[in-house]
Amino acid sequence: MKTATKLEAAAELIPEGSVLLIGGFMAVGTPERMIDALVARGVGGFTVVANDTAMPGHGIGKLVTAGLVSKAIVSHIGLNPETQAKMIAGEMEVELVPQGTLVERIRAGGVGLGGVLTATGLGTPVEDGKQIIEIDGKKFLLEKPIRGDFALIAAKQADYKGNLEYALTAHNFNPVMALAADTVIAEPHVIVPVGAIPPDAVKTPGILVDHLLEREH
Amino acid sequence: MNAKEVIARRVALEIEDGMLVNLGIGLPSMVANFLPEDVDIFFQAENGVIGLGARPPEGMEDPDLTDAGGGFVTAVPGAASIDSAMSFGLIRGGHLDMTVLGGLQVDERGYLANWMVPGKMVPGMGGAMDLVAGAKKVVVAMVHTAKGNPKIMPECTLPLTAARRISLIVTEMAVIEPTDEGLALREVGPGVTVEQVVEATAAKLIVPETVPEMALA
Repeated sequence: MKTATKLEAAAELIPEGSVLLIGGFMAVGTPERMIDALVARGVGGFTVVANDTAMPGHGIGKLVTAGLVSKAIVSHIGLNPETQAKMIAGEMEVELVPQGTLVERIRAGGVGLGGVLTATGLGTPVEDGKQIIEIDGKKFLLEKPIRGDFALIAAKQADYKGNLEYALTAHNFNPVMALAADTVIAEPHVIVPVGAIPPDAVKTPGILVDHLLEREH
Repeated sequence: MNAKEVIARRVALEIEDGMLVNLGIGLPSMVANFLPEDVDIFFQAENGVIGLGARPPEGMEDPDLTDAGGGFVTAVPGAASIDSAMSFGLIRGGHLDMTVLGGLQVDERGYLANWMVPGKMVPGMGGAMDLVAGAKKVVVAMVHTAKGNPKIMPECTLPLTAARRISLIVTEMAVIEPTDEGLALREVGPGVTVEQVVEATAAKLIVPETVPEMALA
């Protein structure tokens, strides 16, 4: 049984300068209430690891606008002109990572692997400074694991044990990120009694979830 | 018929029954409008759905069901929702039959550049590098020139998306196939002459004795 954590209390858990893994793809499947609480609190200096920085006014875009992100490790910033402007002005560091490589680096961090070998990025600027390893005559880039201090994930529903079920394209990075942080904070749309989510539908076992945000009022 | 429609209608003929196909945003997404009636396929959106369907009716959108451009979509019967690790596992692992992507430049080696213009446009590669590195067939759908300047070059001057030879270039003027010997002109566009194609192409083209006009779906 988990106790529901209040939004403000969840935001207070996160110190300045933390590395945050944040779920979502263009703000679909992003824990919006958690982000609003971080913006309201105003503590920043975060390194954000996510697929993208969404759009101004949505998801991670709100953290960028509020100036709480020092560094973003993402695959795409094309729909957020503010991220691009802050990057050019030197106010924010941006590391671009191919999307499939990013998710596997996070997965590696979460499942105890020392890295990922992938052909993605070979012959492109992505390979700069990285080790190239040949396996059975094929070349691969060595990509290192990523872990976070906190994973902030969104789910369709949770039960009292913290088991999570996701909706459609709101899965994206959430299930993988739930493995790869010291503290996992989940924001479900609804919370249901134990047993209401069939075991086959659970994509993130509750043992991975440290804090369950209280239900939406 | 405008240039983009010619391109989309020609690319549609590359789609075969039973394929799993990923369409990039913008021009490539138009291909879905011209599918031959006798093919039964699934479209993948890399943000997490196999079996992408048409836009839902106004007011019936599901905020948790979008395509990789963030636009609202539906899922067809038989669809599956997947997380990003599964999605890119399919892409990198050789399970995706075909991807259609836009292009900034393609060169005589068949290498594609489509993700950044240094100092001008740095949106990030998103899933493009994984798609080009991993899809079985990579079709580049793009207008033949940019403001009169050739996009098919001896060697790409922009950073590459992958050091892998793509399968086919489809423009409104030509269908060009990268081969071991170089870029082979396979078809010309409606009302376009071989001389016009050669004129608008900076790369060396291998031109056979007869070049048919492209068929359109």
